Amino acid sequence: MRDFVADHVRDIPRSGIRDFFEIVQSMADVISLGIGEPDFVTPWHIREAAIYSLEKGHTGYTSNLGLPKLRQAITSHVGRKYHLQYDPKTEVLVSVGVSEAIDLALRAVLNPGDEVLYHEPCYVSYSPSILLAHGRPVAIPTREEEGFTLTARALEAALTPRSKALMLNFPTNPTGAVLEGEELENIARLCVERDLLVLTDEIYCEIRYDGRSHTSIAALPGMRERTVYLNGFSKAYAMTGFRLGYACAPAPLIEAMMKVHQYSILCAAITAQEAAVEAIEHGDGPVERMRREYEMRRNYIVAAFRDLGIPCNLPGGAFYVFPRIGVTGMTSRDFALGLLQEKKVAVVPGTAFGACGEGYVRCSYATALPQIKIAMARIAEFLEARGALPARQLATA
Amino acid sequence: MDPLLQLLRRNALAPREDLARQLGLTTAEVDARIAALESDGTIRGYQAVLDPERGANGDVTAVIEVKITPERGGGFDRLASRIARFDQVTGCYLMSGGYDLLVFVEGENLREVARFVSERLSTIEGVLSTATHFRLKAYKENGVLLQTEPEPGRLPVTP
Repeated sequence: MRDFVADHVRDIPRSGIRDFFEIVQSMADVISLGIGEPDFVTPWHIREAAIYSLEKGHTGYTSNLGLPKLRQAITSHVGRKYHLQYDPKTEVLVSVGVSEAIDLALRAVLNPGDEVLYHEPCYVSYSPSILLAHGRPVAIPTREEEGFTLTARALEAALTPRSKALMLNFPTNPTGAVLEGEELENIARLCVERDLLVLTDEIYCEIRYDGRSHTSIAALPGMRERTVYLNGFSKAYAMTGFRLGYACAPAPLIEAMMKVHQYSILCAAITAQEAAVEAIEHGDGPVERMRREYEMRRNYIVAAFRDLGIPCNLPGGAFYVFPRIGVTGMTSRDFALGLLQEKKVAVVPGTAFGACGEGYVRCSYATALPQIKIAMARIAEFLEARGALPARQLATA
Repeated sequence: MDPLLQLLRRNALAPREDLARQLGLTTAEVDARIAALESDGTIRGYQAVLDPERGANGDVTAVIEVKITPERGGGFDRLASRIARFDQVTGCYLMSGGYDLLVFVEGENLREVARFVSERLSTIEGVLSTATHFRLKAYKENGVLLQTEPEPGRLPVTP
């Protein structure tokens, strides 16, 4: 019998996270810092809106682009918060999570062999999504010393005549990096100069710290016409299981994405869309409460890693830290597997997010503080038992 | 609200070191800020949140709507603080709407609360009327849900 699986699908490596997930799932009583979703349940007023829509019998299809009132709410929201102006009739598409919107955008714009640049460490789906759309992924490593942000210099060095699009994800999963100020302007300018399309996944933009607010690259001069702005409800509103995201872009791009969307998905679930209207219109309070809680946990976990002598950047957004566990002498995988087997604490090896994640692990602090405290105490025990506690080594040196 | 106050409202027994780490302060700074909040009267005390269903508070709790006559000069304040001083009164608020004061009263039994209302509260000069409602069941106390449900599970590792 022939091998029926397509070459380009077969060639995509298994997700590093999935391997790890299977080990974790086989164990009991694991404290997990490996979860990329809020530990808060969706705020009650949003769940209640979903229930109400079911009570009213809103169970049919919606328009391909999504409920008009949701698109209206989305454009008002991004206008008010990020100074982005889009037409709700033609420039917004509601998708099944940002993941679908990324896939749509890539499939809508790539010709075989087109190069798509993205910064690493990054979310696990970027490279596979580019490959599935027959593009060529080009990773740009980012550095801890630069806060894991993308620099215009690094971007310029990676450009070739086949470069077509740049994918951005700030704040970043898995590093919590942000991109702002002059560097953001330089990158925008370079994108205009080199005629690049930007796909900007800003799913964590509501979770920013230290009193800073988020600036979208789409709001910069010359960028609106060459940007697909992607966002969703999962992280800010703790609605991961509703699977709802959206794309805002100039009408021709949305039209192209809609062609793919209407034949593959038709529309996002109506119950989720009804809930999302409530979230966007009345969710600011709960979003802010959750954000403040994350900020305090961030402060705690960063201080705890530094106390152990493990360098750890202070992330500007999202709910991940990316400590440099390489100082213990272990690889990411050895650290994560050893910690899991010996101390039942799950973290994700940095290599799951790209080769340049070696020497790091991702720890999510979307977990209640008491759990984080126990996890950090166990990490200290784990390192001590191996004589790999950097703080101790420094003290005795 | 001050983030320190938020943390204390959630758990006043949280170790100072934990508070300090979450707020990016030293423990000495946290101690100093708490001391300042206590001395300026922002923090009035620390209490445990108890489940009323377990007979932990007084066995009977009533909410009483009280209409009173305002006085020239002081308005409702003198009468309100006079009522608030009773040990049985656990809360006393001036309200807008159909009555003036909302008074929370705790007692050992129904009779004790009834006697407080008829003998102490109603007889105060200036109290025009009272309407007493007894609590039947508690669902949430000081922001804490009393009927705990199992946490919905999350996948142990997700991207």
